[in-house]
Amino acid sequence: MKRLCTLTINGEARTLAVEDTDTLVEVLREQLGLTGTKVGCDEGDCGACTVLIDGKPTLSCLTLVGAVEGRAIVTIEGVAEQGKLHPLQQAFDEHGAAQCGFCTPGMILSAKALLDENAHPSDDEIKHALSGNLCRCTGYGRIVEAVGIAAKRLTVVR
Amino acid sequence: MKIIGTSRPRVDCVAKVTGAARYADDLVLPRMLHGRILRSPHAHARIRGIDLGPARAMPGVYAAIVGEDLPVAYGILPWTEDEYPLAIGRALYIGDGVAAVAAVDERTAIAACAAIVVDYEPLKAVLTPQDALAHPEIKVNEHAKDGNVSKKVDLAFGEVDANLARADVVVEGDYHFASSTHAAIEPHCVVADCDARGQLTVWSSTQVPHYLHRALASVLGLPEDRIRVIQPTVGGAFGGKSEPFDLEFCAAKLAMLTGRPVKIRYTREEVFYAHRGRHPMQMHFKTGATSEGKLLAVDSSILIDGGAHSSFGLVTTYYSGQLLGAPYALPAYRFHSTRVFTNKPACGPKRGHGSVQPRFAIECQLDEIAERLGMDPIELRRRNALGADSTTINGQHIGSNGFLRCLEEVERASGWKDKFKKLPRGRGVGVAGSTYISGTAYPIYPNEMPQSAVIVKLDRSGQVLVTSGVSEIGQGVETMLAYVAVEELGCELSAVRVITGDTTLCPVDLGAYSSRVTFMAGTAAIEACRAMRARLVDAAVTSLECAPEDVELADGRAFDRKHPERGLTFREVTRLAETLSGTLVTSGGYRTRKVGGEYRGGSIGASPAYSFTAHIAEVSVDERSGLVQVEHLWVAHDCGRALHPINVMGQMEGSAYMGFGEAIMESHAFHDDGLHKGPNLLDYKLPTSLDVPELHALIVEADEPGGPYGAKEVGEGPLHPSIPAIANAIHDAVGIRLRALPFSPERVRDALRAQGGR
Repeated sequence: MKRLCTLTINGEARTLAVEDTDTLVEVLREQLGLTGTKVGCDEGDCGACTVLIDGKPTLSCLTLVGAVEGRAIVTIEGVAEQGKLHPLQQAFDEHGAAQCGFCTPGMILSAKALLDENAHPSDDEIKHALSGNLCRCTGYGRIVEAVGIAAKRLTVVR
Repeated sequence: MKIIGTSRPRVDCVAKVTGAARYADDLVLPRMLHGRILRSPHAHARIRGIDLGPARAMPGVYAAIVGEDLPVAYGILPWTEDEYPLAIGRALYIGDGVAAVAAVDERTAIAACAAIVVDYEPLKAVLTPQDALAHPEIKVNEHAKDGNVSKKVDLAFGEVDANLARADVVVEGDYHFASSTHAAIEPHCVVADCDARGQLTVWSSTQVPHYLHRALASVLGLPEDRIRVIQPTVGGAFGGKSEPFDLEFCAAKLAMLTGRPVKIRYTREEVFYAHRGRHPMQMHFKTGATSEGKLLAVDSSILIDGGAHSSFGLVTTYYSGQLLGAPYALPAYRFHSTRVFTNKPACGPKRGHGSVQPRFAIECQLDEIAERLGMDPIELRRRNALGADSTTINGQHIGSNGFLRCLEEVERASGWKDKFKKLPRGRGVGVAGSTYISGTAYPIYPNEMPQSAVIVKLDRSGQVLVTSGVSEIGQGVETMLAYVAVEELGCELSAVRVITGDTTLCPVDLGAYSSRVTFMAGTAAIEACRAMRARLVDAAVTSLECAPEDVELADGRAFDRKHPERGLTFREVTRLAETLSGTLVTSGGYRTRKVGGEYRGGSIGASPAYSFTAHIAEVSVDERSGLVQVEHLWVAHDCGRALHPINVMGQMEGSAYMGFGEAIMESHAFHDDGLHKGPNLLDYKLPTSLDVPELHALIVEADEPGGPYGAKEVGEGPLHPSIPAIANAIHDAVGIRLRALPFSPERVRDALRAQGGR
């Protein structure tokens, strides 16, 4: 049975017809066309589907849509502001932190959640924050470096 | 150099960091259906019958097919076409596709698959190569010529027995290389659409659009001129997307039957069944050297577990020995390799195809020889280094060779001299070297056409379009092509658009495999761009009134080198050139010169250029738990010339990381009944950000005269030494020689116990 449900995604309220069994990633990708959120395993292992729910990194493939009504959902499409790349996106772009790019949206959102809480993370803290996001291309070093660079840039901006 | 050697942001990266990049699963077409493949729960079974009726009767189901609907065998190599899109008569492994459906949505497709009734008669399965050889009557693959033998190679070079007989030191041992899989984060996905004119378009997460194009034509019985393959952004491949897969044929067939677009995306579990990952190899190696540490001979025999199909296995079997010579001057060696069919998902080419396994064995044996001789293992490798402009005993011509510099770099950066044999027990360092090809000299189907081609188009807008059939799989080829355009034409990087991986829009390139792309497509791009440059220069001289050799194209301008203030903007010079000489289109191609040995198999491993690598690993071993921590990997790689240093280092680090994962934790293993032990990303352990060592990429540049600006490969070579370097470091740390992968806590503890209860 479909029912109407209002989700707040990237600051915008959207009312949609959903099944209670729909996962958030299905709704994001298939109903809203927010295909920046990726499906790498669909069972909570790879982190490619990470989005922010009230600022916390969350696996959207394991999240039923009913559980996030009324909460603030941020996807990769909501990270750049007015067409300007977020410092994390800039740093990933400039420092070789994305190769195939498939893990990148989830990786950036996990990193954003970290930097929003902790403006000066150590490399170890960064590695911990990203440990639920699998990358198969980079070996992670450049991702950790990019997050550190973004943290410094954000501090200057602040 | 204008841009070569700098690390500008990649041309495809902003799309990737914003989520705008479109991968196959992001594509949605009007009226699109979702397909699903039903898979066998038996490792080996006769299919007595399949009743599609209940599935077809379900609302929302548009079509259902079985193996007999696609009865033409295919295979990536024309000599071993031995698989079908869906099983015909027998299912050959757990996960073998037996039927496929197209339905209005994915859930309906799943339900429809569940409704299909398959009448299986389970058959005896053979799951190890030994078993498969002992039971030729249980024939896995009906196309095999000799029981379950997939391919046998016996090659010998030089005086192997005589050299071993006169060796002062001989080491001998058995090595077992476990299977591992690519585990690209993007699961394979395809969308197929057949229009009213009967023209088929297939968007696929492939790394070989051209080979897929050919296979689709053959299996579907369509002329090649009616098929277009488009490769969208691909989320990692590593060799795991380098041949056609069942989903591409099924989606195409279902689209043709229904007249609607059909998408099929593998579940993560299905990716493990599609596999084509690293072949398990049981390797017996015997290596002899003089008391001065000069290598005399290697004698090896290798049993290769191929799974149910050939895939690239014919070539894998050759690769298990053909790249053994370099980077050392090996005067004699022999390999007997046998690849065997078993009732498991087919193995195939994973990064470092076929040569990673024997590299593990030989580099471990070099370490043992050094130990026996009381020699530093770096010194042993140095003494045996094959120089530049040399030929291996099996007939491979080496051009540039930076191997000695690679050894120097890792020795210096790691502080080797203060560490080797000097660290406290439980800590150690180990070294290993390797070589790899920059593309294969021959295409996988024999022909004399160019292996790679690039078309450059310019017009009055000042925009530069570069098209090539090459595949961007994350390695950065689109950026490489854009770099060539900037270097040759002097335009701004932002003026270049690159279109790749489209068999209709782009000229043919064979695909992203065997580390061929930069070397071959780069060379083709230089040729195309230089032809275009000549036309721009011809136009510029008419305006600048200077000699052609004085025209400089740089920084978005064309100007007189002697009077740099006299110039035209890039857009002005393109308008002038279009006015004077008409439509601005040029092309370039790459053809390999004839290389390799004059014997059957001599073309395998023959490459226009070879890269060289040396690694040093530093590990700590906890003797109580058996846990190995790899703390550092120093990776020195001779890539000829680093066109984009950050991309080059990214490939070096990614390769080393992948080798580290195979060494320490990855295991693509099966239960005794043929069931995969963990076809998911939790049980199949991939290293996380907390597991990886510090990776230190050290670029070494030994310019290759035939390479684009001197470049050679970097995508696969730097994987090879990770595994033996770690094994050798474990020996330095605790004195054990691990000869089977992965180096799990259990294996380490067992070896320590065998060592004497320490």
